Amino acid sequence: MTGNSTFDYPQILAEICGELVKVTLGRIAIDEDTELLGDLNLDSLQVMNLLLHVEDRFDISIPVSILPDVKTVKDLALRIENLTREG
Amino acid sequence: MGLFDKFNGLVAARSELGALRIDPFGVEIERIISPTEGIIHGRHTILAGTNNYLGLTFNPECLAAAHRALDAEGTGTTGSRMANGSYSGHRRLEEELAAFYGVRDAIVFSTGYQANLGMLAGLTGPNDVVLLDADCHASIYDGCRMSGAEVIRFRHNNADDLAKRMRRLGARATDTLILVEGIYSMLGDRAPLKEIVDVKREFGGYLLVDEAHSLGVLGERGRGLVEEAGVLADADFIVGTFSKSLGGAGGFCVSDLPELDLVRYSSRPYIFTASPSPATIASTRQALRVLAEGHELRARLRANFERLHSGLTALGYTLGAPPSPVIAVVFDDKVATLKFWRDLLDRGVYVNLMLPPATPNGVSLIRCSVSAAHTPGQIDAVCAAFADLRTVT
Repeated sequence: MTGNSTFDYPQILAEICGELVKVTLGRIAIDEDTELLGDLNLDSLQVMNLLLHVEDRFDISIPVSILPDVKTVKDLALRIENLTREG
Repeated sequence: MGLFDKFNGLVAARSELGALRIDPFGVEIERIISPTEGIIHGRHTILAGTNNYLGLTFNPECLAAAHRALDAEGTGTTGSRMANGSYSGHRRLEEELAAFYGVRDAIVFSTGYQANLGMLAGLTGPNDVVLLDADCHASIYDGCRMSGAEVIRFRHNNADDLAKRMRRLGARATDTLILVEGIYSMLGDRAPLKEIVDVKREFGGYLLVDEAHSLGVLGERGRGLVEEAGVLADADFIVGTFSKSLGGAGGFCVSDLPELDLVRYSSRPYIFTASPSPATIASTRQALRVLAEGHELRARLRANFERLHSGLTALGYTLGAPPSPVIAVVFDDKVATLKFWRDLLDRGVYVNLMLPPATPNGVSLIRCSVSAAHTPGQIDAVCAAFADLRTVT
């Protein structure tokens, strides 16, 4: 499901936070411990649409099935890091 | 966390609706009069949100067929298709569906929801990849989840985005199942099916098209978008429902692939449920005949949905897509949409209310579905109610 580039964790984290800020319009401070559903009050569709942007940035495809295990920004960043390495 | 704590959000949302005196998800049709009329809250109401595209629910021939089957075969089969629930009518309907599409075989399921659930859970598994349009129906998402397949979304109606994801799959693309719908249920827009087929031809894979909202509506013989777009032979699986243009309840999948028959043995939603009642099967068989010869019905349907679409456009409403039997009026504000829906009902017009997260891009929708059975006068009455509220709002 991956492209042929590798990205390190800080790069991925920064990209995710950048996308989240676009959704939350800067109203909430976001760090790696921020909960996507609990703290940001995103619904499942908003999270899936966020993934579409992240996928393009890292040239990967993220299976929807990872979502039940993703609670925080860090969880998502680690998943994406793994996916970029698998390539 | 207690067993019922998960409902706290629902309780709050329902209280909010109660305060507004709105109950969009608990509407009772006290008396159904015709495919396009009923009594709601004691008021004569035009039904413009029923997906009854050809208006066949009161077709005399379909009613007569159902009555005969009811008297001859009883009220229900009381069993699964895999046990005692396959009567001759179930198999004849499968043969007739396969002949209608000109393919090898068909499977009949108990509902349209179960057709997607059963096909996806039966056909794909944990080692398979499913690439689905982001706006696909909940039944498709649920089927994917049940299958355990690796599920990847592509941007809605974006064949380039699909191609990008097929390329990333590498060698796995040739066994990937691509999922799209003929007409999307929320906005009423059509899939760019020729472009989707081009991607499949380039990378390989299999294509499943859900024609729930386009069966009987599009194509010379009503076979849906696959027929209208001239790509019927490129669709490996076509799923449809009996509960819209066929006026019954149930679902099906047709395919030219011999492996379709094997899905019966691996599909839990097919195996572990009772089969459709004999009366449902009989009315559906008759409705399929009417649908196949329903050129006039389709012409009337088209005239009706173009009349409503142009009427609402002239009033300045933002519509979700070019004309189709599904016409969605797009709103930004959820509470305003709720009140609009209530005010339409108060004016004797029933339509569907669609709210996020069930809707694309977080919009709120007043969703109309048009029937061939609507009279021009009823379409004009719906437009008049929208015009009235345009003035109010």
